[in-house]
Amino acid sequence: MLTKRIIPCLDVKDGRTVKGVNFVNLRDAGDAVELAAVYAEQGADELVFLDITATVEGRGTLLELVRRVAHTINIPFTVGGGISSKVDVSALLNAGADKVSINSAAVRNPDLINELALEFGSQCIVVAIDTKSVHSSQFTVLSESPTDSFLTPHSSLLTSNFVHTHGGRKPTELRTLEWAKEVEERGAGEILLTSMDTDGTKNGFALELTSTISRNANIPVIASGGAGTMEHFYEVFTTGYADAGLAASIFHFKEIEIPALKQYLHERGIPMRMSR
Amino acid sequence: MQPEIVIIDYGMGNLRSVLKKVERLHKSVQVSADLKVIENAQKLILPGVGHFANGVKKLKESGIWEVLNQKVLEVQTPILGICLGMQLMAKCSEEGNAEGLGWLEAEVVRFKVNDTRTYKVPHMGWNTVEIQKESPLFAGVSQEAMYYFVHSYYMKCHNAKDALGSTDYALYFTSAIQKNNIYGTQFHPEKSHEWGDRLIQNFIALPA
Repeated sequence: MLTKRIIPCLDVKDGRTVKGVNFVNLRDAGDAVELAAVYAEQGADELVFLDITATVEGRGTLLELVRRVAHTINIPFTVGGGISSKVDVSALLNAGADKVSINSAAVRNPDLINELALEFGSQCIVVAIDTKSVHSSQFTVLSESPTDSFLTPHSSLLTSNFVHTHGGRKPTELRTLEWAKEVEERGAGEILLTSMDTDGTKNGFALELTSTISRNANIPVIASGGAGTMEHFYEVFTTGYADAGLAASIFHFKEIEIPALKQYLHERGIPMRMSR
Repeated sequence: MQPEIVIIDYGMGNLRSVLKKVERLHKSVQVSADLKVIENAQKLILPGVGHFANGVKKLKESGIWEVLNQKVLEVQTPILGICLGMQLMAKCSEEGNAEGLGWLEAEVVRFKVNDTRTYKVPHMGWNTVEIQKESPLFAGVSQEAMYYFVHSYYMKCHNAKDALGSTDYALYFTSAIQKNNIYGTQFHPEKSHEWGDRLIQNFIALPA
């Protein structure tokens, strides 16, 4: 039976991990490669490295870090942040990344998803979607068009959730569910869904949103943003229908340790890969 | 110097992680597209991710196709196909409607699932392999071992005796094969932590 995945996310800058509350006020939480090796040993199912400053500063991703990580760990890892071309992707995959995650560039140029999927295969193309609910005044302006029929069960939630880029700072006119379906059709292999409303709060994942996206997508959905307790992971795998749960600082600061988390979920009937 | 183990580079995906993994367990290994080097190898690894028809095209254009047929079928050199590398050993695939190496009575088809909430495609993540027959490849490996999969197509093996193991994902599909000197895994042993290491070690330990 396919297991649900626990994925620590390492937000990196200059080879070191950083993680801020709601993507600002960055704190330093250690050496990225060292941390990656610890997580792999502890039973992390995959790792995600996000160069969170890359889009803003227009920097390339850290190839040297990727090489060191590939050399050190033997579980799959994804690299994201500032990726905008075939050349970027090719360099990262050649440096040893298993998958790449694209975000702003896909919003800017959706054809990029098709091109990358065709060139490298869907299995290594993750589309990261940062989503945020927009206040009702703003929302009425943006949602004049009639609601699509498939939106009805959670229409208020879904019509008010819009894709954001640039680390959540820049709103777009893309509705989250519509964009999720589009990236799948264009050949994405997986969706990394981050709720900017819950990110950094430790009050739990955005369950309703995650559930709707995951139940409407035929590709796996990684839920991200808001994990604070073990129960939050349980919820996101059950009511949230997520295929994987991602978190950063709670792992980095050892508020939750991966072996204990997996044991907790395993005991509650969530399929988990347990160490021997 | 001629390496004992050659990881075949035919331009389908990143081979670095396979190389790193094997390097740690065996000194004499090299990634190569050189026909002479491939010809003189004692063991071969055929990795690869991506599109089946593309893989066939690249194997043919590079001339590796003929060398492989000769090495594997005539010299009987042990070979391990990983993911697309295993699929290429089948007769044909739905992915691009192309003919494969045809070493196995098998075809490669896409997952067709009705319950898409439970069974997403690609099949991505960690799953078990139910071992169906004894093989040196799985020596000392527990039935609870888990491996990392990422694929949208799977191999339908028509000859039950070639199937080494199967995996449950909406249906039972063949996730590992062996036919004489020909071995293959649909999953990625190089990404499958300690159990994956064991498998690679087992392949390295095979008599050449």
